[in-house]
Amino acid sequence: MKAHRNPEPLWRDEFSIHTADERYVSRRQFTKFLVLTSLGMFAGNLWILLRSAFSKTPVYSEQSICRANDVPVGGVWLFRYPSEKDPCILIRPDQDTYVAYSQKCTHLSCAVFYSPEKDRLECPCHEGYFSVRTGNVLQGPPPRPLPQVILERRGDEIVAVGIATRKET
Amino acid sequence: MGEQMFGYEFYVDPSRCIGCQSCVNACAECETHRGTPMIHVDFLDRANSISTVPFVCMHCDDPTCAKVCPADAIKQTEDGVVQSSLKPRCIACSNCVLACPFGIPKMMTELEQMMKCDMCYDRTSEGKRPMCATVCPSQALAYVPREQIERTRRDKPTNVFLFGKQRVTTKVFMMLPPERDALSVDVVDYMWEAKHESAS
Repeated sequence: MKAHRNPEPLWRDEFSIHTADERYVSRRQFTKFLVLTSLGMFAGNLWILLRSAFSKTPVYSEQSICRANDVPVGGVWLFRYPSEKDPCILIRPDQDTYVAYSQKCTHLSCAVFYSPEKDRLECPCHEGYFSVRTGNVLQGPPPRPLPQVILERRGDEIVAVGIATRKET
Repeated sequence: MGEQMFGYEFYVDPSRCIGCQSCVNACAECETHRGTPMIHVDFLDRANSISTVPFVCMHCDDPTCAKVCPADAIKQTEDGVVQSSLKPRCIACSNCVLACPFGIPKMMTELEQMMKCDMCYDRTSEGKRPMCATVCPSQALAYVPREQIERTRRDKPTNVFLFGKQRVTTKVFMMLPPERDALSVDVVDYMWEAKHESAS
């Protein structure tokens, strides 16, 4: 005969059937909790505000990417800018236009690629599409445009000089 | 007054019940649940007998009703009284109604709440006897000290009930014939199991 009962599950501690074991939260405790939590939220927001107010605009170094003729019309050139950990993509959609963006999709950082037929940047992971001309989101889950690399043409050379900062959409 | 009630226990003696329904009416007069009795007087075997049994909550030591409650609405106090469901918590799911081995909890559909006997907690907690025990003319329901029940009754009180393989001990005592130690109740599942086991 199975006389032994199963041991009490863990949640029974929190929801005991005995009134003596009940962890009663009084109104005062609850109010304290609310006030302290709001205070924490306020302090956190204040910290974020101060940090953004005193933050400096980052300075980017210049970096030569390639020669203008290295990229065919409708072709791309992959490079890394501003550091080795930031893959970027340079696109030449027509004869005189060169644009470059970070290759990381703003949704979940998959690598975007250029689709010459559709004339757009496509992220294969969740079908996020970006405009080639502006980097804006055309469709899909990405929350903001691709960061654009500012390019300068020096003679035959294309040089990256910075990254355009844009507000979130 | 509370001191004076120390050692008082509730005793139910079905053999003394005369089916007068005094307890039912007294219970229904209580201001905490006016008009709704929390005690039931049922016929044992209506076709063959006129004997009746009063059913109060037995206040199990390990209350099944409270253990099956998904909303944490049934609580057991320190003195072992299993309370009626808490109105803000009860979700009227009837789990307790189905689970109670004694069939005590009743679903009040119009209130969307389970209500059951709480041994007149408003009275017993401040030293008064439960309403049903005060009015029972044959003392089939008695709230008396242990010595008194032993002195005045031939029957033996027990608080051990066997429902198939489930052993239930309760706060309320049931009077049994002197040769019996525990009341064993056949449960269909158990009967089936026994037959099944002996066959294999």
